[in-house]
This record gives sequence, structure tokens and C-alpha cells, in this order.
Amino acid sequence: MGTRVNSQLTPELRGFREVQRLASACAEAVAARLRPGVTEREAARMQREWLTSRGVRDWFHLPFAWFGDRTAFTGFKVPLQFFPTDRRLEPGMPFILDMAPVYKGFTADIGYSGCLGLNPLHDRLLADLEAHRDLILREVRERRPLREIYEDVDRLMIRQGYANRHRAYPFGVIAHKVDRVTERRWSPRVFGFGSQSLKGLLNDAVHGHRDGWSPLWSPYRFSDHPPQPGLWAVEPHIGFRGTGAKFEEILVVTDSRDPEQSAFWLDDDLPHVRRWAEERVAA
Amino acid sequence: MSLLDLPGARERRVATGGIELCVVELGEATRPTIVLVHGYPDSKEVWTQVARQLAERWHVVLYDVRGHGSSTAPVPLRGGFTLEKLTDDFLAVVDAVSPDRPVHLVGHDWGSVQAWEFATVSRTEGRIASFTSMSGPSLDHFGHWIKQRMARPTPRRVGQLLGQGAKSWYVYMLHTPVLPELAWRGPLGKRWPGILERLEKVPPGDYPTASLPEDAAHGAWLYRDNVRTRLRRPRTDAYAHVPVQLITPTGDIFLSEQLYDGLDSWVPQLTRRSLPAKHWVPRTRPDQLASWINEFAAANESAGQGGVPVRDAAPKGAHADRFGGQLVLVTGAAGGIGRATAFAFAEAGARVVAVDRDAEGAARTAELARLIGAPAAWGETVDVSDEAAMEKLAEKVASEYGIVDVLVNNAGIGLSGSFLDTTVEDWKQVLDVNLWGVIHGCRLFGKQMAERGQGGHIVNTASAAAYQPSRALPAYSTSKAAVLMLSECLRAELAEKSIGVSAVCPGIVNTNITATTHFAGTDAAEEQRLRKRTSKLYGVRNYPPEKVAEAVLRAVVRNQAVVPVTPESHAARFLSRLSPGALRGIARLKPPL
Repeated sequence: MGTRVNSQLTPELRGFREVQRLASACAEAVAARLRPGVTEREAARMQREWLTSRGVRDWFHLPFAWFGDRTAFTGFKVPLQFFPTDRRLEPGMPFILDMAPVYKGFTADIGYSGCLGLNPLHDRLLADLEAHRDLILREVRERRPLREIYEDVDRLMIRQGYANRHRAYPFGVIAHKVDRVTERRWSPRVFGFGSQSLKGLLNDAVHGHRDGWSPLWSPYRFSDHPPQPGLWAVEPHIGFRGTGAKFEEILVVTDSRDPEQSAFWLDDDLPHVRRWAEERVAA
Repeated sequence: MSLLDLPGARERRVATGGIELCVVELGEATRPTIVLVHGYPDSKEVWTQVARQLAERWHVVLYDVRGHGSSTAPVPLRGGFTLEKLTDDFLAVVDAVSPDRPVHLVGHDWGSVQAWEFATVSRTEGRIASFTSMSGPSLDHFGHWIKQRMARPTPRRVGQLLGQGAKSWYVYMLHTPVLPELAWRGPLGKRWPGILERLEKVPPGDYPTASLPEDAAHGAWLYRDNVRTRLRRPRTDAYAHVPVQLITPTGDIFLSEQLYDGLDSWVPQLTRRSLPAKHWVPRTRPDQLASWINEFAAANESAGQGGVPVRDAAPKGAHADRFGGQLVLVTGAAGGIGRATAFAFAEAGARVVAVDRDAEGAARTAELARLIGAPAAWGETVDVSDEAAMEKLAEKVASEYGIVDVLVNNAGIGLSGSFLDTTVEDWKQVLDVNLWGVIHGCRLFGKQMAERGQGGHIVNTASAAAYQPSRALPAYSTSKAAVLMLSECLRAELAEKSIGVSAVCPGIVNTNITATTHFAGTDAAEEQRLRKRTSKLYGVRNYPPEKVAEAVLRAVVRNQAVVPVTPESHAARFLSRLSPGALRGIARLKPPL
């Protein structure tokens, strides 16, 4: 896979990778502490406390937690349903932790799918996500329009028998740009989103609109352009009859002519990637 | 074939309380035991077909209830048939056939009424491992059921009381002295086999036996000795101490389904099954019963040895009581409505054969079906329009998986374009898949169903286009209209075989059909554009195939003839009957593409 080794990363990318690893570590730590009876609110608070105790002061968005059929966004119509509820975790239930901390001015946005105990269906979903990670990277390197890549991801999900659940996200996005965030002493939050990050996204939207691209990777016409250099938090999300799974991690897109250099995943040492590697070894 | 002709059948007599019971055993005695108890006015021969199938895996024990078949009758008859004495008999039989291991108990009709007593009294505790009940409630539960409805008579409850009261007419008749005996020993006994065959469609065989008039005359005392006393003063401690599987025939003319409404409060571990059949299911649905008894007993046997208890293993999807363990075949199962239907059946616990010409997609459907609750699922690669391939498939399915209980002929392709642009090739292709595919399915699998003679259901996916003419879809609509008519004709023909036929007319559903639809009279680029455009419109409409799948399952449960699904399909169906002229007007409009 096209991840740059540590020495080749610019200090800036290293900063992003540091916060992405911090967020992954948080997800794994919180996932390990989940027990039957824990509510989504408690799980979200556990993430927030873990990260703030390690120096996180601002957020792209506050941590989310979804349990059971909420991992598949069953019945999601309005954005308020994204926020953690009092749903309690039960044995065998899938869960998703999603958080986007800002650390030393760098942003990450990660999604972590897990399951409390055995759930073969959830395992299958998670394993099937690997094909999407490969497909997205390949087609971004081919400089295909984002909207077309989106449609290909969609088609692959349907072929796999699943429903595309990132359709339920705001603007139906599969990815959005992330960037550096100026650290302010006071950064209020708007509907769970950090105001500084929103400002950055809005800036990108304004600039992008002038140049014909958008910081949101969606199925709509405004995504009908080749991949824009920068950092994209990519989050394919599949759902199948009350069980959902996703991963979210940062894809680096550059304007390099070398295909390998033109796009690569920021880090390959992430929980879901390690899991796929272990499965391959086991097989 | 009669019971004693079955391989390995052996008869013995068990003495209990001054009478002798005739007991027949099948299968190896070292295996776990299943005891089958017959009802009124039957003898153990009512179980022949079920016992034959169970004997492959279990030690099967049948006995004639006292006063029936080859067992002797108590003297005097009055007071000789109380539930207490019947419990003595049962314990004597199980002590003789399975002294150190609890037995799996199965009862039909009065056999079930007795067995409820066995499963709820304390002196049988530890002697029973599981109980499968069909068409026979506990008299104690029944007594409480009546009391509850008398105590708080809402209109609905009064309706239930009156309904069951009317269905129980024969119980009052049996309480009159002498007359029932005279009738049974006289004309009724002679006519009974014919009545059963006509009303219940019981196939001829070793049942009813020659002892029927005597059995029926003696058996009247089952009612006289127990019904009034138990209904008047039902036991308050009638809690089942074993897991119970309740099989409810939905067409039972003697017992209403509501009788079992509050059963959960009496039975801590209850598994419900329902069967679209009349009262004598051991004769008319032996395969289904054997499979359910087998599955339930096996699950409890393994639970006894530390396995998963039955309740957790039971599927949780909609209509699981109806489709659990049944064999369902779906064509066009690699995507869209077919795939969603396969999944819905899988969630209900059915075994699924997913058929499609796309091998990878069919295999994928089967794999996911297993993950969501199908006890087994297979992917098969067949083009439904290929007669020889379909014949091969039918043979393979019958020999390897069994006779299909539900067949869903769903495979279909789209074809759009004006009649004048549609070539002969186009016509052939669309009729081959959409119509001939259905014909082959009905012909081959429907024939197997009919020959088995134990009912079944066929669902054909038609379309709202079947009754809505359109200038844009002449060939497609024609093929679907033919499917609709075929379904209705077949429904008429197969009704006498208890096989239901439904035509499902989905309407505009968000599936892949638009991405593969051929647009007659267009070049490749234009076709691609039109496909994209229609796919987009269907996507905007965004009616999920899962809802069509729900409608398919509902159609089978309710045995509906024609099932429009989306609102526009309902509207078109309504208009086609109320004002077909309006539909013809709409047909002239050019589609906005």
C-alpha cells in the first residue's frame, strides 16, 4: 500500500499522523472498556475524557458512538439522530466510535467499528470494507472524478449486498477535507462541530467554489472534479439489515505526477488495517 | 404402508392399572426417544408418515391410548379416562421404553391435551425433555382463557369466546349419553374416512383403522371425564416444566388461533410455529412436522448436554413461526428484489436456494443469508430461460435439498422502447426470461410440490406494468401481464392441492433492473444515457426492495392473489378496475426521459 515511511513524511503530515494515531489509540482504549449496559452517551464521554486528558482542546466534531442497529443508521432522517443516545450495549452488538480531535493544530477524523463479543455478520462486513479502501486509493490515483469514484464505491457495496449508509451523512458525503486549525483559547461548538474547523471548511468551500471543486466528496454535481490535493478524511460506511460498519481515516492527495506519490493513505498502522493483515495471516 | 410394516418396527404390551397398552417402537433403542401421542378419534396409525421419517434419527415410540386401537379399555368406561389415569399410562410407557432418559413428547389433538397435563404436573418432572403440541390446548389453560374473557368481556373477547364456542360444537354433542356411540358404531363410523378425505384432504393409507367406531365410542369418555371438571376448576399451577413447541394449523376448524394468545405466561420456553393446514396435520403435513419435531427435539437434546438453549437459537425475523426450517427457492437472487426476498426468508429461519445467472452474486446472497439466520443456504447458477438447465436444477434441488415449500419466480429483465422499434430478438429475449422463466419454475417446482401433496406456495414477480399499459414498455408489460394471468390461472388449478399462488406487482422500486434494461431503437451511447437517467429517477423515487420482500412474505402468509406494493402500483391497480380508460389515457403520455 502506498504509505510513505516515516522519514519521508513532511513535518506537517507527521503532525496529522500523530493525531490520527492518538484518536485510534483512544478508540481502542474505549472499545476495550465497553461492557454490556454502557450507553452511547457514556461511550462518547469516555472518548472525550480520554482525549482531553491527553491534551486535546478543540474538535472538528465531538465524539459519536452508535450501538446496535444505529450502526446501520436505521431510520436516520435528521442530523440530530447522529448524537449519542441512551441506547445500551448488549452482548453481540456492533458499535461504532467516531471522533475528530484537533491536537496541536492538526485534525484527524477516525471511525472505529467493533463488536461486543461474537458476531460473524459484523466480521463479514468489516472484512468486506477492505475492498473499498483499495478501490478508493486506486481510483484516486487514476485521477477519476470524485463523483465517479463515489458511484463505483456505491456499486461495489450493492454488489456485496449492502446498503450505502454514508448517504445518510450530511450532503451524503463519503469524505471531507481536513486541514490545520488555528488553536484559539476559546472555540465554541456549533451542533457538535468545532467552530474553527467549520470556518476552515467554509473557507475551502468558498475558494473551491470559485475554482470548481468542493471540500465535500458527495454524489452530487459539485463533486464532479478530479481529486483535489490535500487531506481527505474518507469514511465508507456499509449497512446490512441492522448491522453497520465503517472505517474512517485520512487519505493524502498530492499533485505529484508519480501515481504512487499522488495519493496514499496517511498511515497503514491502524486497527482495521492491522485486522485485515491478521486475517490474511490466519487464512 | 402401516406402522408394523416399517423396517425395524416392534410391538410390545405394557400393563398399567388393570389394562394393557399396545406400544410400537421404531429405530434404535439406544438413541434418544420421541413419544408420539394420538388424538380423537384416532389410533397410533395417524402418525405413520411422521414416525417413518423420525425413525431415521430417533428411537420413536407410539402407543394406543387406553380404549383405542389394540389397547384394552378400562371397565367401567366412566371415570376410566381421567387425565390422572392417562398420566399413569404415559409414565408406564416411558418407564418401559426409556427408563433412564427423559423423552421428547409429541401430541396431536387429544394426545396434545393429555400431553399438556404430562408437561405441567410435577410427577413427570425429569421424565420429559421437550414437548411439541399441535391442535390440542391444555384444558386448564383453556379454562383460564374462558374465565379471563368472561371476567372482562370486551367486544373482541366476546367475539373470541363465541367463535371458539361455535367451533367446539362437537364437544357438547359428545356429552350427550349413548347417542355418539350409536352414531360412531353406525353411519358416522362408516362415512368417517370419506368425510376426512373430502373435508381435510387426508390422503388414503393405513388410517383410519378398522377399529375406528370402537375407538371413537370409547374416546367420548375422554371428553366426559375431563372437560367439564377442568374447565370449571382449572388448575392454577399448570406451568410447563419443559420447553414447548406449539404448532398451530391456521385452518383448523375445531380450534381458533386466539386460544394460544396468553400461552407465554404458562410456558417459560415457548417456540411458536404456524402451518397453513387444517386439523389432521400428522396426515396432511408429515414432512413439515417431522422436520420441526426433529429440529426442536435435537436442539433440546443438545441443550441438555450444555449446548445453546432453544430460545436463543430461534430466528427472530418477521413470520419466523411460519417459515422456520422451510425450503425457499428464489430466482434472480443476485440483487434487487430477489436478494432482499432471500434475506427476508433467511431472517425468518428458512433454508434458502438463491438462483441467478450471476454465479458470484447468487453465492454472495447465500453466504449473507446464512449469516442472518438461514440454517442453510445455497447459491445456484442457472439462466431461468434455459429449459434444460432449469430441469437439472429442479432435479438437483429435489434430491439434495428437498421439496421446495415456497418458490419465488422473481428473475426478470427490463426492455423499454416503442413497439415499432422492438425487434423480434428483443421480444424473444424478454419473453424467454420474464415469461418462460416463470413457466419453467412453476412447471418444474410446482409439479414437485403438487406431487408431494403437502401444500406449498408460489410467488411470481409480475409488475405494475401488468395492468398499466404504456407506450414505453410494450414488450415488458406484455410479458408481465402474461405472468399475472398465468399466476391467477395456476392459483385456481393448484387450490385443490393446497398450493397458493401469488402475483406480486411491485411498481417503481430502486433496483438494478434499470441499469441493465435494454432500450429498443437506441444506439449504445443513447442507451447508456437512458439507463443512467432512469436509474436516477428510480433512485430519486427510492422505494427499497426490502419493502417488496416484506410484501412477498406477507402474501405467502395470507395467501393473497394479487399484491400491488408501491402506492403507484396500488393506484394503477385501483384505476385499472375503476376506470381503465383513464389508464389508457396515461399510457399515451411520453415518459419524461
